[in-house]
Amino acid sequence: MRKLLSTCLVGFSLILAASQAFAAAPIKIGALFAVTGPASFLGEPERNTAVMVVDEINRAGGIHGQKIELITYDTGGDATKAVQLANKLIKNDHVVAIIGPSTTGDTMAVIPVVEKAQIPMISCAAGIKITDPVKKWVFKTAQNDSLAVARIFEELRKERKTKVAILTVSDSFGASGREQLKAQARRYGIDIVVDDTYGPKDTDMTAQLTKIRGSHAQAVICWGTNPGPAVVARNAKQLGLTIPVYMSHGVSSKKFIELAGDAAEGIRLPTGKVLVADLLPKSDKQKASLQAFIRDYKKHYRTEGDHFGGHAWDAMMLLKEAISRGATTPAAIRGQIEATRGFAGIGGVFTYSAKDHAGLNKDAFVLVEVRKKGWTLVK
Amino acid sequence: MAKKKKVALKSDKIKFLVFCLVVLLAPLPFAKGYLSNVLIFVGVNSMLALGLNLLLGYAGQISLGQAAFFGLGAYGSGVLTTQFTMNPWLAMVLVAVSVALFAFLIGFPVLKLKGHYLAMATLGVGIIANIAFNETVDLTGGPSGLSGIPNLSIGGFTFDNDLKNYYLVWGFALVAILLSLNLVNSRVGRGLRAIHDSEVAARVMGVNARIMKVQVFTFSALISALAGSLYAHVVTFISPTSFSFAVSVELLTMVVIGGLGSVYGSILGALLLTLLPELLRAFQDFDIIVYGLLLISMTIYLPGGLVRGIPELFRRLVPARRGNA
Amino acid sequence: MELLQFVISGLATGSIYALIGLSFAIIFNSTGIINFAQGEFVMLGGVLTICAITLLKLPLLAAILAAVAGTTLVGIIFERFAIRPLKNATPLSLIIITIGASILIRGVVMLLFGKDTQALPAFSGTTPIEVGSATLLPQHLWIFGVTILVIIGSRLFFHHTITGKAMRACSFNRRAASLVGISVWRMVLLSFVISSALGSLAGVIIAPLTMTAYDVGVMLGLKGFCAAIMGGMGSGLGTVLGGLILGILESLGAGLLSSGYKDAIAFFILLLILFVRPQGLFKKGETERV
Repeated sequence: MRKLLSTCLVGFSLILAASQAFAAAPIKIGALFAVTGPASFLGEPERNTAVMVVDEINRAGGIHGQKIELITYDTGGDATKAVQLANKLIKNDHVVAIIGPSTTGDTMAVIPVVEKAQIPMISCAAGIKITDPVKKWVFKTAQNDSLAVARIFEELRKERKTKVAILTVSDSFGASGREQLKAQARRYGIDIVVDDTYGPKDTDMTAQLTKIRGSHAQAVICWGTNPGPAVVARNAKQLGLTIPVYMSHGVSSKKFIELAGDAAEGIRLPTGKVLVADLLPKSDKQKASLQAFIRDYKKHYRTEGDHFGGHAWDAMMLLKEAISRGATTPAAIRGQIEATRGFAGIGGVFTYSAKDHAGLNKDAFVLVEVRKKGWTLVK
Repeated sequence: MAKKKKVALKSDKIKFLVFCLVVLLAPLPFAKGYLSNVLIFVGVNSMLALGLNLLLGYAGQISLGQAAFFGLGAYGSGVLTTQFTMNPWLAMVLVAVSVALFAFLIGFPVLKLKGHYLAMATLGVGIIANIAFNETVDLTGGPSGLSGIPNLSIGGFTFDNDLKNYYLVWGFALVAILLSLNLVNSRVGRGLRAIHDSEVAARVMGVNARIMKVQVFTFSALISALAGSLYAHVVTFISPTSFSFAVSVELLTMVVIGGLGSVYGSILGALLLTLLPELLRAFQDFDIIVYGLLLISMTIYLPGGLVRGIPELFRRLVPARRGNA
Repeated sequence: MELLQFVISGLATGSIYALIGLSFAIIFNSTGIINFAQGEFVMLGGVLTICAITLLKLPLLAAILAAVAGTTLVGIIFERFAIRPLKNATPLSLIIITIGASILIRGVVMLLFGKDTQALPAFSGTTPIEVGSATLLPQHLWIFGVTILVIIGSRLFFHHTITGKAMRACSFNRRAASLVGISVWRMVLLSFVISSALGSLAGVIIAPLTMTAYDVGVMLGLKGFCAAIMGGMGSGLGTVLGGLILGILESLGAGLLSSGYKDAIAFFILLLILFVRPQGLFKKGETERV
């Protein structure tokens, strides 16, 4: 009896081993996101989205029958950890491509690692430095800050406002925004009359706004991510600031309206189209992608997918496209990503080339205004 | 007595040589893997933990601003080599000397303080340094960081892969360890321990407590600055988040877990905490909780750190068993 | 013109620091412990109130009471399981333990309640009140009011009740206190109770203004600590003045000098005070604290 049992067992395990050997090995993709730490508002939706997309792909049978295995690590927004984990993905997990990191700082730290290892990486961070100058193995999906700045300045020029005050947060997001605001001001004939900053953990910005109120500024542009801009909105209301307030795409989520409350009314900001997907005309190329993303995210996580998760959606989808066009090695995947033309994703319509690894133009942004706790398009 | 001391010194030498051998061979099994990369950071952290331990474990002076010296070293090297295209080695020496001088100067007023006041003052220094890294955008690149820092090289030999960098960093770390061992076993070391136990008694015995504390503070800043320079040249990118208050706390944890007042304890602490994220990956998001629990329970139950705690535990268990029999 | 607004804003922020500083000073004065987890009590106050409102559907007042009670419970557990088992408590080990506790509390809150920032509705509306050419919010009046109440309350408690006097006795000399029959551990526990309750109360009343999340405690705790040190770690007017001065310095620093360096200015002044007058701005004598 016992002999029979053991024979059965051996036979069974042999079959198991054989069936495993026959199934194609999964394609390994690495992901680095700042799931904890100060940038978790980026990393968490990004990780969720990446996991969701991979789930959907595998459920549909993978790409050409090959499943995808996603290996995600949390950088905590710490550049040192990001470097270590990138090394781990490449050397231990042998991934063929990496998506992320979430922040510009983490991305800049990881770039030398992927360049040397020749592994394609699609960053989800916005800093213009990432793809300017172009690095052979590095792409990005988040819209450049410069595009958001251009969108705001165009509107100001239309309204013939020439004097603005800027109030930026002193972290990498704010610093990059500040740089772009200052760099592009002259081209739009705009004069920056007050240039102030605030700390990411500050709880009161009335001092800066009082200074702005005392200046000749015709508009305020605040560049930061939650909760700072919500405090700015509330403080502006407290001080009775009458000039229009512009924010960055860093606060383009319902959370901002929730935090700022009544003070959010009338505030304008440039954002990717995901916030206003329903308001877009049917002819919009991105509409299908946007609606798919929003629907899937709601199904998986029971909350609304946001702008930031969209960066990871685009990155995963670009990889999927590249792989389904037959690329399996890192070099081939890189080549196929660079050959992407007119891919309508969440952040915009991507067209990469050897000279452009950011892939978007300023149509990626629309200008919205907060009205009655919701978003309306500014035409 | 003298003979005993000689024997002790000899065993110290053997210990150090064995340790050197371990360091030399450690990365070979994973030369191609990712672990050799982690071991570089273990080296950097060892230097930092060592610097802090000299101050904390031997002189009993707490510092919550150790990341400031680390950051000054890294930014000093980073800025001088990228913005002013200075020779990296020259920059490293220049930076180390200036940071040491800076520490020497602020050491006098800072180390006059005690306990919580000292903690607060060093914390203040750390925060001011971090703000300076963030705000001097033209020089440091501000919050977005500074990239394009060159790798170190000697003649035509460039330290451009993990294994080379491992030996570079650990070469420095071993020298730092050797110097620290000598310092600890010297007259200064004994004076420091006296200060730790009772500063008043030490002063009565003729120990110039003030000068001695400042000397150790300076030496500890020097090691940290060197670690910073090495970090900058190995990673080739630096940003202010790598030198924040959280990093100072992490260093403190390394020293406490490894063993206060033990040179090898610092290295053990650095090794464990650098590998901890790897070990805690099984806990996923719970790692921050495990981290906090470790810090509390270690301080309560193993105040001597692992270096002393493990033999102690062993000793306690063995006689207990004998008693039962 | 603008100066008045800077001062008013500074006073408003400063009274927040003062309140947190007071809760620091209470533990320090009866135990000699600087509790680095104090900021987490402040955070717990705000986060738990919001939870009580959204999850338990409690009305505001009940939610506040629940949050303060909840935080106090955390304070008791903290004292019982992290402070009391410590055999020879040196300042160093206490600093490390309280830092460990702050990491732990932050981690638990992050896992239980998420990482999102939350806003608490203002207690009595958000219509600005005009003071000359400057404005402030009704919530600021709440903060001023609570701060004043706390000062009066702690003065009465520490100087006019037996328990309060016993707590002070413990801070002067533990052994002597226990020799005259004071139960030292009970006093330590009591100081944790008071301080965590006070910290959470501060967290609750500032949450409508500053909003709250699992990680707001660190910076608020540090600033409160600064305030307490400026005031010489007393549990009275000194700390309050310390907090107000810190707030005004920050606001003036941001408004007149440089907004990026305002925290650096505040900490620089703190260092100067520590170097020149380690006993605090308003205290005489007693230079060295061994």
